[in-house]
Amino acid sequence: MNCVIDASALRKLFGNRRAVDGVSLRVNAGEVVGFLGPNGAGKTTTMRMLTGFLEPTEGRVSLAGIDIDEAPIEARKHFGYLPEGAPAYPEMTVREYLRFVGRARGIASGDLAARLMSVADRVHLGRVMDQSIETLSKGFKRRVGIAQAIIHDPPILIMDEPTDGLDPNQKHEVRELIRQMGSTKAIVLSTHILEEVEAVCSRVVVIAAGRIVFDGTPAVFEAMAPSSVQRHRMDHVFRQLTADATEVQP
Amino acid sequence: MTSGSGLRVIFLREFKSYFATPLAAVFLVVFLFLAGIFSFSMGGLYERGQADLRSFFQFVPWLYLFLAPAIAMRLWAEERRLGTIEILTTLPIPLWQTVVGKFLAAWGFSCVALALTAPLWITVSWLGDPDQGAIVAGYAASAMVSGIFLAIGGFVSTLTKNQVIAFVVTAVACFLVFLAGYPVVLDFFRGWMSAGVVDAVAGVSLLAHFQSLMRGVVELRDAVYFGSAIAALLAATTLAIDWKKGT
Repeated sequence: MNCVIDASALRKLFGNRRAVDGVSLRVNAGEVVGFLGPNGAGKTTTMRMLTGFLEPTEGRVSLAGIDIDEAPIEARKHFGYLPEGAPAYPEMTVREYLRFVGRARGIASGDLAARLMSVADRVHLGRVMDQSIETLSKGFKRRVGIAQAIIHDPPILIMDEPTDGLDPNQKHEVRELIRQMGSTKAIVLSTHILEEVEAVCSRVVVIAAGRIVFDGTPAVFEAMAPSSVQRHRMDHVFRQLTADATEVQP
Repeated sequence: MTSGSGLRVIFLREFKSYFATPLAAVFLVVFLFLAGIFSFSMGGLYERGQADLRSFFQFVPWLYLFLAPAIAMRLWAEERRLGTIEILTTLPIPLWQTVVGKFLAAWGFSCVALALTAPLWITVSWLGDPDQGAIVAGYAASAMVSGIFLAIGGFVSTLTKNQVIAFVVTAVACFLVFLAGYPVVLDFFRGWMSAGVVDAVAGVSLLAHFQSLMRGVVELRDAVYFGSAIAALLAATTLAIDWKKGT
């Protein structure tokens, strides 16, 4: 398997505050990485550096073997990105918006309609395609965000809280989708829901105070809880790993 | 993707978005209404007894002085507020193309407003025999003024998420650039600055170049002035986005 996301020793300073402090991450095709951590631990900042939206103070990122600093445009063709909060233009209809992203991503006009159909089908957007985005529920908006990230069928997906705001049925659907795509793509997703990690991720990375404090399979993660803990074992491990770090966080 | 097609994609989305909101209708109505009032009531288009559009062109910069900031304030402040800047700047399109595409869309929209004043032109042409060259020059000069104001506004809009602040700062900045050649401003500098500085201040004045274009004299230095001012502002915008986008 080839390593498609390769981030080494990422560091990001905001003024004097160290948001991310030496994060290295290598992800292969076929891996779904659940990126966990308390609020303010550096998850979003790390993901923003992976996509090149933020420039790291130190460290390098290469995507599909392309250095994002040296050839940003080429590197950007290889990933889809769902930013925090699934932003989109409220006045556009779903169809207009997805067409825009598709064109900007370089999909040929002839293929665009077919791509749009298939993506709308995958995230169940069919009946709202001609509705303006501002009139959609939170769940639909999130799905529009996922649709724009996968419209060009990228080998890499970076998603900041893809299931936030979805109801249990929608969460289930999105997890199914991620699981399917995870067999061929390299996916990094952040989440606060530990059961999600168990459901879709093949690997868990926990970040606290800007540093990686765990990197392994969900099974190993869960096994770190003492046998006396019967329920919510992952929650227990998560608290153990991140409790100290959150206290020193400003 | 071929080079430049990213620019087109951005331009088209942006240009259409003006018409997707009530902004376009409100803007166009206000622009045409005020252009009419200024030309007829205050400029005395009829009373002057001359078939030309001087009274109209004289007021156009003043109209743009607060209407251009209204268009420009959303250019980048809105992208940052919505968070769409994260998607926009991670698309495989060079940032300069995004900046130029958005600017051209705003400029195109302001030129649509200008083009809708064509009935004035038709009217004076029908009433008399105006100097058509001067009218074309007047329209060109007006378009240039709106271009500069929008480029200033686009730059200011990168510095804040707050559209009201973007509007006010842009309006003031445009006002100063526009009036830099007026005696009020120049006299202020003349008191304590060397003649070279005063000339430099007068040199950035939009008004002088606007009037020179209006006279129908298209000089190279005016063209260079407008072209380089817009290019410099767009370059500054590109740098400012890179610098501010993550904050």
